[in-house]
Amino acid sequence: MNDLFSVVDWSRAQFALTAMYHWLFVPLTLGLGLIVSIMETIYYRTGDESWKRITKFWMTLFGVNFAIGVATGIILEFQFGTNWSNYSWFVGDIFGAPLAIEGIMAFFMESTFIAIMFFGWNKVSKRAHLAATWLTVIGATISALWILVANAWMQYPVGMKFNPDTVRNEMFSFWEVVSSPVAVNKFFHTVTSGWVLGGIFVMSVSAWYILKNREMNLAKRSMKVGAWVGLVGMLIVAYTGDGSAFQVAEKQPMKLAAMEGVYHGEKGQGLVAFGILNPEKKSYADNEDAFLFEIKVPKLLSILATRQVDGFVPGINDIINGGYVTKNLAGDEIVAPSVMEKMAKGKKAVEALSAYKKAQKQGDEEAMIAAGKALDENYEYFGYGYVTDPSQVIPPVPYVFYAFHVMITLGCYFLLLFIVVLWLIRKDRLYKMKWMLWVCVISLPIAYICLESGWIVAEMGRQPWVIESIMPTFAAISKIGAANVQTTFWMFAALFTVLLIAEVGIMVKQIKKGTEQK
Amino acid sequence: MELNEFFYQHYWWFLISLLGALLVFLLFVQGGQTLFSAVAKKPIEKTMLVNSLGRKWEFTFTTLVVFGGAFFASFPLFYSTSFGGAYWLWMAILFSFIIQAVSYEYRSKKGNLLGTKVYDIFLLINGFVGIILLGIAVGTFFTGADFRIDKNNLMDVSMPVISTWQNPSHGLEAIVDWRNLLLGVTVFFLARVQASLYFMNNIDDDTIYIRCRRQVLYNAIPFVVLFLTFVAVTLLSDGYEFADGSSEIYVRPYKYFFNLVEMPWVAVLFLAGVASVLYAIIRAAFATKWRLGIWFSGIGTVLVVLSLFFLAGYNNTPYYPSATDMQSSLTIYNSSSSLFTLEVMSVVSLLLPFVLGYIFYAWRAMDRAPITELEMESGEHKY
Repeated sequence: MNDLFSVVDWSRAQFALTAMYHWLFVPLTLGLGLIVSIMETIYYRTGDESWKRITKFWMTLFGVNFAIGVATGIILEFQFGTNWSNYSWFVGDIFGAPLAIEGIMAFFMESTFIAIMFFGWNKVSKRAHLAATWLTVIGATISALWILVANAWMQYPVGMKFNPDTVRNEMFSFWEVVSSPVAVNKFFHTVTSGWVLGGIFVMSVSAWYILKNREMNLAKRSMKVGAWVGLVGMLIVAYTGDGSAFQVAEKQPMKLAAMEGVYHGEKGQGLVAFGILNPEKKSYADNEDAFLFEIKVPKLLSILATRQVDGFVPGINDIINGGYVTKNLAGDEIVAPSVMEKMAKGKKAVEALSAYKKAQKQGDEEAMIAAGKALDENYEYFGYGYVTDPSQVIPPVPYVFYAFHVMITLGCYFLLLFIVVLWLIRKDRLYKMKWMLWVCVISLPIAYICLESGWIVAEMGRQPWVIESIMPTFAAISKIGAANVQTTFWMFAALFTVLLIAEVGIMVKQIKKGTEQK
Repeated sequence: MELNEFFYQHYWWFLISLLGALLVFLLFVQGGQTLFSAVAKKPIEKTMLVNSLGRKWEFTFTTLVVFGGAFFASFPLFYSTSFGGAYWLWMAILFSFIIQAVSYEYRSKKGNLLGTKVYDIFLLINGFVGIILLGIAVGTFFTGADFRIDKNNLMDVSMPVISTWQNPSHGLEAIVDWRNLLLGVTVFFLARVQASLYFMNNIDDDTIYIRCRRQVLYNAIPFVVLFLTFVAVTLLSDGYEFADGSSEIYVRPYKYFFNLVEMPWVAVLFLAGVASVLYAIIRAAFATKWRLGIWFSGIGTVLVVLSLFFLAGYNNTPYYPSATDMQSSLTIYNSSSSLFTLEVMSVVSLLLPFVLGYIFYAWRAMDRAPITELEMESGEHKY
């Protein structure tokens, strides 16, 4: 068991490492790809050669980023098999489909048209080239769609039923999987956060040029496009972020409780605008205060989570102990069961499956029907059958809490930044305000912090569930020695770090070089 | 067994086989990466070779990723068992492709940290290791692997893993199996033959053409010898089988030979593929200005690999035999997704002709004029 947990930890660390590296590059592909497409469209419509030069400049940076995104992406898909083999069988019938469709619909589109995008300027017509550029970014966006459909399904499993004969979950409604409200929200929230990063990236580089009094035409034109794309992206991010919070409150209340550091829920729950967690709070069961210091906006969490001023938002202890009125996944009002009750039901489900298989082997149909019924009745909490202590179902609160608040604070900052920059451009004052240009420059690393924080909230906040309530991480792994995973973890860490440094180095050189011809 | 399920399982094994076959064809990119020093003597020649491959590497990469994704979706038990068990074999393959993915874009750019030489070494490693290990992985479809599957393990809450590898090497043992290695090295020489044919087609340079023509011959000789040895070894070896409607697996001597006899259409595909590859090799090696070799060799390769996959998975043959527990062996019936998922995926697969159509369009648009020295010196985007 100890070795099992060690393998789980290393496998989680490896997946987190590769996903976080991948997530450094994908948003820029999505955002900068859109911006490049818009710029080329302007060139196509106006015939202005300077727009072609601008497009090509940003396209070069897009290419450098795209390559490392591809490199870090391949390992994610295969890790489901190499490190999460039990998961791959248990839900492969549902989860595999979006990955395969992503390949067929998106990857080929990207890889085909990116070749024309980079090498086709003199080989295809202007219109065909523009189409290739758009198709490359559409391909990248479709790719994001399918992987987010898959991710959303893990957080809110729908459209499937457990089959005791095959000992796995099987899909019965593809439409439910694809059109899951969590998937739709997640898609728009994630993709448009890429637009925000793309906007900030372009603004940051452009501001640097303006400060250096170089590439002024490129910088001024790009600044405007970047700020508009960023603003539109940010507004959609904010809207879908609100939708996400509401969905999390309904479907993953423990995640919401961790995001806000709420241990004891109440009606009219306030939102922590700023807070410092109490490091002495070691367990949900101790009597330590959750916060050393906090500033709350009264009732706001209730409004966001329940759409009611006095709506009840359960805290970690409420969820552990149950007893409050809530809604189940079908939307019916129920009294929330405690985690101990869920664990009991989970164990019943596991035992029922065991009884089913035994009866099947003996050819006892009556016993099979009885066991199947017991399994159906308790399957909702199947994953709790692997849980041995209620504390295991609590995500790491400090990571989730701080990441959430960093994300929200920076999101508000970016919204303000885009508005101010556009207003200053309109008033023709931005290019003379050096401090504001520096603000744009330093906003780039801040944007990356914001994006990674969002990832931490989404993924650490759902721990320990690899599939919500159905399968915990420690039942999803491959049976390999921890040393194997530990070794590959460090190999990935070293390789990706070197490649990241190389990428940044190339980007910096390309930016310094500007649009000069060799 | 319902006819429907039977059909879709066969259909998806066909698609997996097709993707695998296309992947082997597209490994000419990796083969080409091992030919730089043999074919290019001047920097501009190397630039032409690198750029010629650099416009195609993503097809190979994408096909590998789609091959993996399609396997996951259609035969998840294989994905779970092989990837989770033969950990080091698959990890080594992945590492070799990760370093390839950045190498083209970064190799000649300033500020790339490692220098051009290191990225070229990455390409070389991907060329050698990537091909040979993929060949080894496919070899296990015939030679088997050390795994056991027990779905009842899911009820063991302390260790609920259903697929377990039966040796601590986790895939490294497949590399030292000479039959797997034989296939790996065979694919390696094939990829070099195809790369030479591709360069002859894609680059307009007489010197490169002549050197590639020589490489076709140099690599074709070991390829043909190794390939015939692999075929002979496979056709003469025992294989696993199960009877219609039964899940009981047993050993059948000369299983793959009998598969060929009992599926004559596969034999026809196989022979047609071999003839096409041989025609491409012989004509390219001796003609003075023939550029179509890559197409004949490519189509031939696809046909041969398809037929090998069919031999591995059709005619009641477990495509992933377990060397330690015969009854755990994977068949297209016991490892597939549910009928519903296969149906959904099959609808999506109808997009494939459309995908192939736009790839063809793009390829034709880009390759209408072969790569020349002039283009490389023009200052446009290049690697």
